[in-house]
Amino acid sequence: MTLRKIERVTGIAVHVPGEDVDTDRIIPGRFLKCVTFDALGEQLFYDARFAPDGSKKGHPLDDPRWARANVLIADRNFGCGSSREHAPQAIAKRGFQALIAESFAEIFFGNATTLGLPCVSLDRPLLDQLALCVERRPDTVVTVDLIERVVSTDDGFRSPLTIAEGARQALLAGRWDPIGELLEGRDQARALAATLPYARFPARWSLY
Amino acid sequence: MGKSLFDKVWDLHTVCRLPSGDTQLFVGLHLIHEVTSPQAFGMLRDLGLPVLMPERTFATIDHIVPTDNHRRPFRDTLAEGMVEALEKACREHGITFFDRASGRQGIVHIIGPELGLTQPGLTIACGDSHTSTHGAFGAIALGIGTTQVRDVLATQSIKLSRLKVRRIEVSGRLGPGVYAKDVILHVIRHLGVSAGTGYAYEYGGSTIEAFDMEERMTLCNMSVEGGARVGYVNPDEKTFAYLKGRPYAPSGASWESALGFWRSIASDADARYDDVVRFDAAEIAPTVTWGINPGQAISVKERLPVPEEARASADRSLMEEAFGYMKLAPGQSIEGTPIGVAFIGSCTNGRLSDFREVAKYLRGKRVADGVRALAVPGSMEVARAAISEGLDQVFREAGFEWREPGCSMCIAINPDQLRGGEVCASSSNRNFKGRQGSPTGRTLLMSPVMVAAAAVKGAVADARDVFAIGVG
Repeated sequence: MTLRKIERVTGIAVHVPGEDVDTDRIIPGRFLKCVTFDALGEQLFYDARFAPDGSKKGHPLDDPRWARANVLIADRNFGCGSSREHAPQAIAKRGFQALIAESFAEIFFGNATTLGLPCVSLDRPLLDQLALCVERRPDTVVTVDLIERVVSTDDGFRSPLTIAEGARQALLAGRWDPIGELLEGRDQARALAATLPYARFPARWSLY
Repeated sequence: MGKSLFDKVWDLHTVCRLPSGDTQLFVGLHLIHEVTSPQAFGMLRDLGLPVLMPERTFATIDHIVPTDNHRRPFRDTLAEGMVEALEKACREHGITFFDRASGRQGIVHIIGPELGLTQPGLTIACGDSHTSTHGAFGAIALGIGTTQVRDVLATQSIKLSRLKVRRIEVSGRLGPGVYAKDVILHVIRHLGVSAGTGYAYEYGGSTIEAFDMEERMTLCNMSVEGGARVGYVNPDEKTFAYLKGRPYAPSGASWESALGFWRSIASDADARYDDVVRFDAAEIAPTVTWGINPGQAISVKERLPVPEEARASADRSLMEEAFGYMKLAPGQSIEGTPIGVAFIGSCTNGRLSDFREVAKYLRGKRVADGVRALAVPGSMEVARAAISEGLDQVFREAGFEWREPGCSMCIAINPDQLRGGEVCASSSNRNFKGRQGSPTGRTLLMSPVMVAAAAVKGAVADARDVFAIGVG
């Protein structure tokens, strides 16, 4: 199963500042009550964007200058906390195609990659410089280049990026959704199950 | 050089190496619940795929069940719809469902061990980050996203990159009134909330060895709050004694062969670790979080930090953000901070030993006026055992509401929620902004006994003083 190869993402970037932004903040718990992910785009960062009375708080996501943003710039340890896939789903449904931060929480990184949403890391001084660029000139065009491993802008900013090599390879090859390759290993998985030490312990659990 | 438990379990469950360099890892036990799993069955249907090994998946409901009244249909139609979706999927695919009628419903990380499903040497996955709890048994247990729940259903495996292993050694005796919860809050405070990224945490040392299984579960539960997707303790005689006779534990002749396997899977004495960190139990005090992530914690006798003294500018801005949200001031004492709500429960601290320990001190005490106090057992089994010991009465007489089992005010997506800017002393695991159901609600994490002390005083208090712990 080959999907779209993700080599490069170019567009407008918005900076959502904050250290250790957790997945509850990305998508508050009350929005988890859904049997599909379809409506999540509107609820992204909801409590940071809207006061309890529904009025807007002036969040960068609601600033018309970044209305067309498809690259999200965050800070350190973005996506920590809950494993809810609703978080990267909400980001993707809102129209984002790549994330740039100092670092990402592990489960979030994996969930995002599986949706074809590259999460790339920049050294902090360069990340701060990039965030400042897009805040000063909102129409800055940012490019995340996974082949060259570089983040650059149309006004000359350039920074090396890091990303787990397995994720980079999967994105470049159009294998970011792992179901195809996991299915290829299905028979091997079945064979392995039969050889596991605990497969020999008969008990109420039918696999024992 | 020997191997760690992590390396042994990982190698045993490796199906193959994928072209990207990642591993296809076999999942021995898959647990599902109503909030992050029903969507995966829809994905499976879209792809026209069957469930490969339905006998390796077990379901329950915990996250959105109301705890005041379990009667169906739930008043919340969205919650009812999610439960129905899971019930239907389990029926269609032949998956065992521990619902209310089974008498074994409860928080997924509490019922797995209770049923004896959680065993040493297994790989365990569940669409919930606190799956790390099961590591207490020497399993490699991790939280996964919904797409990965689909992967497990379809292939009984997931794609992962290998983790490094950090051994966290805690040695010595804990002081009176200091618990496993304080140990893990102390560890996260000192290592930070992202230090565990890319690591599995192996907990060891004399303090951990002295812990019973429920304390080990509390410890492993919060590994993810330190950034580590996996946390575990090597299995020992306590592990085996806990499992013996449980419904899904091996029995008869297979018990002996299981013991052989379980002993073989523990880390070798000369195992290689990527990192080792040591803590002294004597330095750990009752610990309370004051901020908006679990690393922002201090001992109850300390004063709140001062942002100007933070090392990095990012830490400083995070501290300022936390003070703004929590409406606390730098340098002030955490003791005496008024609370409006007290919550004892969750997959971190909702087990029988938690309620027993609190009940020891709660007899003859009263929850302070104006404090709403909830005691929520983690499972029907915990509730039964607690009630048979009369613990529910102790809590009720003290002014707590004794509820039905569920996640309740830990994730607060059922009716158990903070209102407005209420401050909650909570035995749960996350103090994120808005975590307990109100976008302005504030959470202070602490041990169950410290929650009880706060409930009695109406403010954060040192349980050792309130309950004269360790005196005489």
